[in-house]
Amino acid sequence: MSIPNDRRYLATHEWFKLDGGIVTMGITQFAADQLTDITFVAVPKVGAKFSAGSAIGEVESVKATSEIYTGISGEVIEVNAQLANQPELVNEDAFTKGWMIKLKASNPGELDRLLSAEAYAAETA
Amino acid sequence: MAGELLRTPLYDAHVAFGARMVDFAGWSMPVVYTGIIEEHLHTRSACSVFDVSHMGRLVLRGAGAEAFLDRLCTRNLKGAEVGRSYYSHVCREDGGILDDVIVSRFEDHWLVVCNASNRAKIVAWIHRHAAGTGVTMDDRTMHTAMLAVQGPQAMDLARQLVPADLATLKRYRFTSVEYLGMRFDVFRSGYTGEDGIEVVCPTTAVKMFLPLLVGSKDKPHAVIRFAGLGARDTLRIEAAMPLYGHELSEDWDSLTAGQAWCVDLGKDFIGAEAMRAKKEKGLTRQMIGLELEGKRIARQHAKVYCGAVAAGEVTSGTLSPTLGRSLAMALVDSAAIARQDAKLEVEIGGGRAAVKVVPLPFYKKK
Repeated sequence: MSIPNDRRYLATHEWFKLDGGIVTMGITQFAADQLTDITFVAVPKVGAKFSAGSAIGEVESVKATSEIYTGISGEVIEVNAQLANQPELVNEDAFTKGWMIKLKASNPGELDRLLSAEAYAAETA
Repeated sequence: MAGELLRTPLYDAHVAFGARMVDFAGWSMPVVYTGIIEEHLHTRSACSVFDVSHMGRLVLRGAGAEAFLDRLCTRNLKGAEVGRSYYSHVCREDGGILDDVIVSRFEDHWLVVCNASNRAKIVAWIHRHAAGTGVTMDDRTMHTAMLAVQGPQAMDLARQLVPADLATLKRYRFTSVEYLGMRFDVFRSGYTGEDGIEVVCPTTAVKMFLPLLVGSKDKPHAVIRFAGLGARDTLRIEAAMPLYGHELSEDWDSLTAGQAWCVDLGKDFIGAEAMRAKKEKGLTRQMIGLELEGKRIARQHAKVYCGAVAAGEVTSGTLSPTLGRSLAMALVDSAAIARQDAKLEVEIGGGRAAVKVVPLPFYKKK
């Protein structure tokens, strides 16, 4: 499975992609595959503020419900509205169409503390 | 942690078909091959094969076996017919459910199929109570394989593969066939809410007949496909079939679990006195079906509220692949639930979702 190296990861299977102070996040394809058919994604409201390490939402599959954590502190500026009706986008394309939220990072430097693609790949090997 | 996981005779086939294997009661079992929803819908529309070789298969013999099993089981087994299977519970003296089993009567022996998770417990329970009765037990779990073939096309397909008269085999009846010197016991039963059979055979038979059933990874059978434990769970929830550790527990009795149909309170069995007393006093809790608003899933142990009052908890829940609705079974306080004025809710993701009580089962085959 290919893990994009244009972003960082948490060992709890979330990805974070920085673009001009805005961090887009979602869960990895590995996590989506493990969860099997995703039936619901609970995302926070725009304007909600989170600190690194806190749970921002939940992802639900036929099999289990798992929390989603952020590795980056910041304010939610956008959520993927498509997931409300098409949660299966996360299974189909976790790294692109299945993105979950965009955060305005309060400290983009936090990204450096997260796992590289290589280090994340080693976690899931 | 325990040592190596046990493997069923189908292990290599599961891996070859791309299954994700998980630890289930100490066994390495396939949870999903291609997708839980896909496997679920295929079972409802065509035919699936489930490896259930992890389930305990205990053979009991002896002149006193009928009386012995009748005392152990909630179901009346006195005069049980050869060729019939009986779903039953095995309970403690206080009525707490130790396991749910299927007891089948053969000419010269009895077969008790129990849950993998309870096999050690049931083996010990049988040994303890069989002492002095002359009844002997042989645990055949590791020497045999067990497969469930389920779905609306299961009987047609099985007729082409099994040299036995399956057309006249009624539900909860079984027949035995010899084929190339190997014995196949074919039961008309299952755990999906669909028609179908369950087959017990020697482990050595699996290599020979499995390709006939599912084909190979490169050349799969046109209709019959493998389905994993994930689909088995969503299928049985739709059919409102209880699962041990969810709807059935040592913490409550068979009547409370809503399974009074398999309990004969008119006979003497272990737990009978406690259950008669409970029935006399009136049951305080009951198993109900719930339908949630929205697509979120109420998991086991999610709290059920009736207004501000905690009324019980969910035992199983899923987003029904067949019906597209969020369904749950819950064990609730009968008095709280009887109040018509209070709003019924279930706790999900830190909030509450509105639910309504719906009849069980959620799904019945056409």
